[in-house]
Amino acid sequence: MNTHAKVPVGAHYGLGAWLLQRLTAVVMAAYTVFVLALLLWCPPAGYADWKALFSGTFVRLATMLFFLALLYHAWVGVRDIIMDYVKPTGVRLALQTLVGTALVFYLVWSVSILWGR
Amino acid sequence: MTTATKQRPKYYDLNLAHLPPPGLVSIFHRVSGALLFFPAIPALLYLMQSTLGTEAGWLHWKGVLSQPAVKVILLAFVWLYAHHFFAGIRFLLLDMHLGVAKEPSRASAKLVFALGAVATVLVAWRLW
Repeated sequence: MNTHAKVPVGAHYGLGAWLLQRLTAVVMAAYTVFVLALLLWCPPAGYADWKALFSGTFVRLATMLFFLALLYHAWVGVRDIIMDYVKPTGVRLALQTLVGTALVFYLVWSVSILWGR
Repeated sequence: MTTATKQRPKYYDLNLAHLPPPGLVSIFHRVSGALLFFPAIPALLYLMQSTLGTEAGWLHWKGVLSQPAVKVILLAFVWLYAHHFFAGIRFLLLDMHLGVAKEPSRASAKLVFALGAVATVLVAWRLW
């Protein structure tokens, strides 16, 4: 028996990101089916219908959950792409900072759209 | 890393036509993901803000989205989303060791492309 099992390198937060990437995917897939069903069931005829659709607490919470899942999912995905293709550390960090800042900005923006008025 | 590390062979064939279906699903999953991050996320947020904000905004975008050229652009993003969606479900199934063998994985890759196309055609039919 090999008692000296090889310890994989890394800080081990990769598994959490990997798992959350998949959990957020399931959340978004469920929301996608839910919203498509909702839009086919009662297509909004005008502005009033459209606004009413997103004023219900359940739809608002579900949409907020979707955006949270989307933004985290996007972070893991775009970070993977950057790590695969951008090797110089400075450029990589700059891009990751840009992406992270954009995602935080999108989070605040989505909260203001859903709850701001 | 040791200096004794053997040079690994590199295989850079970037011709998409040489990729088998699972490889195509994979690279399009990546490309669609990148395009959904930008410009789709800010565009979606901007559209939601504008159409939910005022009736004038709603009417403005209703007019814009009735133009055929805009519908084509919208359909392109519908395909990107649909492909990312179905390819993602396929990857989740592969993670659970479902359809990992060569033949089923090729079949499911082709199914992903078929479902993406069907979803896009259905939305196109609803738009026109």
